[in-house]
Amino acid sequence: MDWLTIFTTTVHAAIGWETVVYGLAAIGVNIHFGYTGLLNFGQAAFMAVAGYGLAVTVTVLDLPFWIGVAVGLAAAVVLALLMGIPTLQLRADYLAIVTIAAAEIIRLIFRSVQFKDVFGGSDGRRGFNGDFYAMNPYPSGRYGIGPIVFDERTLWLLTVGWIVMLLACLLVYLLMKSPWGRVLKAIREDEDAVRALGKNVFAYKMQSLVLGGVVGCFGGFFYGLYNGAVQPDVFGTEMTFFAYTIVILGGAARVFGPVVGAMIFWVLFVFIGNLLSELVANGYIPFMTSIQVGPIRYALVGLGFILLLVVRPQGIFGDKREIAIDAR
Amino acid sequence: MRRAVIAFTAFLGGLVFLLAGPAHADPANCQGLRGTLKLQGQPVNGAKVSVTTEGGQPVKEVTSDAQGAWDVQVDKPGKYKVTLDPGSLPPNSQVRGGNNVRTPTVYEGNCSTVLFALEAKGAANNPQQGDGGSGGESSFWTQAAQLTFEGFNLGLIIALGALGLSLIYGTTGLTNFAHGELITLGAVLAYAFNVGFGLQLIPAAVIAVVLAGALGYGQDRLFWGQLRKRGTGTIAMMIISIGVAILLRNLIQFFFGPQTETYTDYNTQAGIQLGPISAAPKNLWAMAIELAVLVVVGLALMKTRTGKAARAVSDNPALAASSGINVDRVIRIIWTVGAAIAALAGIMLGLSQSLKFTMGQDILLLIFAGVTLGGLGTAFGALVGSLVVGVFIQVSTLWVPPELKSVGALVVLIIVLLFRPQGILGRRERIG
Repeated sequence: MDWLTIFTTTVHAAIGWETVVYGLAAIGVNIHFGYTGLLNFGQAAFMAVAGYGLAVTVTVLDLPFWIGVAVGLAAAVVLALLMGIPTLQLRADYLAIVTIAAAEIIRLIFRSVQFKDVFGGSDGRRGFNGDFYAMNPYPSGRYGIGPIVFDERTLWLLTVGWIVMLLACLLVYLLMKSPWGRVLKAIREDEDAVRALGKNVFAYKMQSLVLGGVVGCFGGFFYGLYNGAVQPDVFGTEMTFFAYTIVILGGAARVFGPVVGAMIFWVLFVFIGNLLSELVANGYIPFMTSIQVGPIRYALVGLGFILLLVVRPQGIFGDKREIAIDAR
Repeated sequence: MRRAVIAFTAFLGGLVFLLAGPAHADPANCQGLRGTLKLQGQPVNGAKVSVTTEGGQPVKEVTSDAQGAWDVQVDKPGKYKVTLDPGSLPPNSQVRGGNNVRTPTVYEGNCSTVLFALEAKGAANNPQQGDGGSGGESSFWTQAAQLTFEGFNLGLIIALGALGLSLIYGTTGLTNFAHGELITLGAVLAYAFNVGFGLQLIPAAVIAVVLAGALGYGQDRLFWGQLRKRGTGTIAMMIISIGVAILLRNLIQFFFGPQTETYTDYNTQAGIQLGPISAAPKNLWAMAIELAVLVVVGLALMKTRTGKAARAVSDNPALAASSGINVDRVIRIIWTVGAAIAALAGIMLGLSQSLKFTMGQDILLLIFAGVTLGGLGTAFGALVGSLVVGVFIQVSTLWVPPELKSVGALVVLIIVLLFRPQGILGRRERIG
């Protein structure tokens, strides 16, 4: 058993790129689900269009990095409008169904042979993060304490990522304190009452969907920038589901809930995965092969999610009265 | 009973022998990739397979022998890229799904089997190739007829899934995102009995359906029923169902593996020509069974006491309970029936396509489209909606590439929600 590797990869995960990517996705979900009560099950779609928007603009159209980011953001806004217009006036189930369907459809389009020239098929697109790392102020080398070190590229990505994440938290904090945020929370509690007060509920919901999608799409950018590539199958329903698990774990409708949730989630996820792999490799679990560690790890997340929702739906920091899961 | 015990022991013995056999044959001198190419049960000779490393360094190029087998030994474990040259396949055949590249991983001292499922190049399955040919009006209509037929085939499978989903939604208010996994579960259970225990597919399917029904009963008894008793809201249950879906899907992957499989029976049936359409007899049988099940369930809903009770519960549970209907019992029956017909849908899907742990997840989208089109919570709406969706997306492959046909389902979904959100047979007050 290589306990040191297990320990260092676990600590890496707590502040690493996974936490940044999924933390941002979860902040978006928190705006949708935690504050507004919208069940957007297609957060992965926002991340996918952002990642691909950046990748395709830079690699296929040969345009600068910042235009790529702008294209990604615009794509997320358009996607939110497309999904929101038919569903936001209907009951919650319909938004859930359409968003989960849209996310699958977008994945299918990105991996299709038909559009291989644009999106690169199932191999995706790579080679679009050069400009981002060209801005890196850190000289090359290794930074860290003891066994926990990052190279200069990862450190640069994490610096930017955590700054964006904290800015997103600040934005959520300020917005939710404002009158606009109070209307969102009121919609979560009782939509009809808000409508009776003369507010345009549809417009507020749409603004929330767009905002959460835009915050989430930064997760897609950072995914692409860290891995240097975007592949369609990364943006499956599991990604959205992880974001939901993180939000509920940390506590819905809490500013720092998603951030703390993401850290805890990835620590547990990486730790369990490493532990199982090591146990299997050393023959402690004879009935499993190393390929089977992947699915069992996901299955455990599913189980943990169910137990969390049944036993403690408010998560670690949440308030039970602020969870939009018992409405109607 | 004794005969069964003897047979089972013999089977176990055989299994041990089978598993032990290859391990004894070459314990350490096999490290690489191998596979067998078969087209409709016949070995494919002379197909070119080239193996490169993940980075693209060529390793070896081989051709399959008279048994259709090929074998490439490699020095280092790791990821490899295996490409099957489609040009070297017999004319009129192709790789199913169109992807002729696999990226398997070789483990130390182990041989990995690489699967290329081959299929006959039917003009109907590949409209984009059909277009280039004669392109006459008659071929267009033949294709359209064939696709409509296939659409009904798919639509009936969707309808089986949609009926269960709709019944459960109607009686409990739960939009069950784990319904796709109930479909996969049925298919995989039948596979376990068919391939694992060597049963013929029909008894295997019957056992799988019964078992799935029992599991559906257990699922409601031990899980969803308990949640309802605690007063968990429907939105909470909907979110929980996504967790259930992830749990089940990955458990199925754990036991079944990530590969694509087929049943041992009815794989290669020659099509018979019925006017403009050609169909394998298995498809006609499958459609007959699906239709029969749908009619029986429909009649049961209309005529039997339990069916009437179920409709009463989906109308108004509180009123139903106060008029003496045992709501919990009705819901449990609905869950049993819903899970059983979902399993049947999975088996039929596995029969007409192939089995994979994501098959239920993939068809769930079409089921949702069908249910929404028909009207969420209406059993007959689900039927009509599913047939329309099935036919629509199959016929749409006349114009759109088959890999994107599910996009049509989303288009249907969005258009329906924009213009008639209650669906064809739904009622206005349900949409909220």
